[in-house]
Amino acid sequence: MNSAQATPSSDKAQAGPMFESKTSDQAPSLDGTERMEVSMGPHHPSTHGVFRMDVELEGETVVKLKPVFGYLHRNHEKIAEGTSYLGSMPYTDRLDYFNSMTNNWAYALSVEKLAGIEVPERAEYIRVITAELSRLQNHVCLIGFLVQDMGALGTPLMYAFRERERILDLFESLTGARMMCNYMRFGGCRCDVTPAWLRQAHQVTEAFPRFLDEFEALLSENEVLLSRSQGVGALGQDLAIAAGVTGPMLRATGVNYDLRKADAYGIYNRFNFRVPLGSHGDVFDRYMIRILEMRESIAILRQAIRDIPDGDYVHPKAKLRGFKPPMGEAYGRIEAPKGELGFYLISDGSPKPYRFKVRPPSFINLTILEDMCLGQTVADAVIILGSVDIVLGEVDR
Amino acid sequence: MIGKGILKGMMETARNLTGSFHDPERLTTVSYPEEKIPAKENARNFPFLVYDGDDWESGLRCVSCQICEKECPPQCIYIEKDTQKKADFLGKLQFQPKVFDIDVSVCMGCQICVEVCPFESIRMDRDFEYAKSDRFEGLLLHKEQLAKSNKYYHQIHPTEATETDAIREGKRQDHLAKERAKAEKLAQAKEAASKSQSKEPNKE
Repeated sequence: MNSAQATPSSDKAQAGPMFESKTSDQAPSLDGTERMEVSMGPHHPSTHGVFRMDVELEGETVVKLKPVFGYLHRNHEKIAEGTSYLGSMPYTDRLDYFNSMTNNWAYALSVEKLAGIEVPERAEYIRVITAELSRLQNHVCLIGFLVQDMGALGTPLMYAFRERERILDLFESLTGARMMCNYMRFGGCRCDVTPAWLRQAHQVTEAFPRFLDEFEALLSENEVLLSRSQGVGALGQDLAIAAGVTGPMLRATGVNYDLRKADAYGIYNRFNFRVPLGSHGDVFDRYMIRILEMRESIAILRQAIRDIPDGDYVHPKAKLRGFKPPMGEAYGRIEAPKGELGFYLISDGSPKPYRFKVRPPSFINLTILEDMCLGQTVADAVIILGSVDIVLGEVDR
Repeated sequence: MIGKGILKGMMETARNLTGSFHDPERLTTVSYPEEKIPAKENARNFPFLVYDGDDWESGLRCVSCQICEKECPPQCIYIEKDTQKKADFLGKLQFQPKVFDIDVSVCMGCQICVEVCPFESIRMDRDFEYAKSDRFEGLLLHKEQLAKSNKYYHQIHPTEATETDAIREGKRQDHLAKERAKAEKLAQAKEAASKSQSKEPNKE
């Protein structure tokens, strides 16, 4: 009996080794050293999640880099094709889990486009306020993570998280959840903002510039940060455009493309704000763009909180259950904090989408990682990755 | 001068350090679990079932319509209808759940069940200390664990609970008005019938 069981397994063992040992086809370099392959990740603290970089090194210089992702793949698009339109809304929270508000908005926008639903004015204002708050806390955290990658262990990140907490408190008192807000609905928002909440949002907005000044005093002139980030990971305009890079990454190269201006979706044409542009496309420009964008977000927030009108927070005819858009297709996109976030939907007239496609900004921004990292050192590759601003929930979906 | 920026940054760190001793704006953490930040009124995590009165079984608002089961995005609700009906707050006979399970290890707290419930029976709890040693049976909540009183609901979400009570009171008033109208109609019909009956023998 024992031998009968043992036969198949011993057969398998003789079939050959499961993994073939990798032989490098690279010739030894001139100084007699061999290139080294390093697998950074998936559990590397600098990779912001489960993400792996297969790096080939010549000494300390990166000569080849292959981003490997998919460790956090959760089948988001297929699940969405099996649930109702409303049922996908909480799943979009989990794409870019820092910015559930903007994810909700992008999805709601594309469904509204698909079904031709109008959004009341007050709801548009609420959406702008929550989205800009979301942008503030995303950028402030990204800078915290970026300088942590440069070696500033803890302190700036702690300050960033302290300020983020105030915004998350606002989200919690409005929607009930700090991160997984699930707040937008087709044709508006789930609940109304109270005057007390608006006052609190106003306070947080007014207190934020003081923190930003402090944060800049802490970081912007720091010689270590300057020498680590200036001229590192430069990205050219042409390559950025050709690769489909969007968001602060693209604007750091000097391309004036912000969907809030280009599309003017929602009511963004009513606000007076500027789009900060970089010129070198290096890590420092990406850092600075985010600081400046936060200042512009504060300007938008001030105007939105001042001007918010009374009215409905959701379209009175918007349906919660039994929602069936007509046959057709739609692509809705917004300027999420990380870049252009789009949802492409095809409806066959049934309660479930026929096709549900996400255009995630951090996934597409990540594809040119190798071009930015070639010729840099390993330590620089880490901060270049940090400056891309990725969230693996969105990259892998 | 090299090092000026670093010194400037150090000043900021020092200001935060000294500030953390006296300024609550600079020290925002508390030492959990000895000290807890009071929960926000809207805070939500997992659903519970509301019951009226003191007895959870007879006061359970759920009529096992199974709408939440259908709408739940991660499909974490399981309901079985009981064959026996019970009277609801309007006195109407309604179904009741024989089994009502929520698997909180699957639930993502999205609140969609609450939004679609037409009987104001499922609401969001805010109790978050759910750690269990048994992840399968321990995190599968049955209806006796899920049932919580309306009083508790008022305690955790006072504004929302008051609104819900107003909605239910409105439903009751509507029902009473309807009953009254029905009774009046019945009485009128009876009267008319008795009149016609009383007329009929006259005709003959």
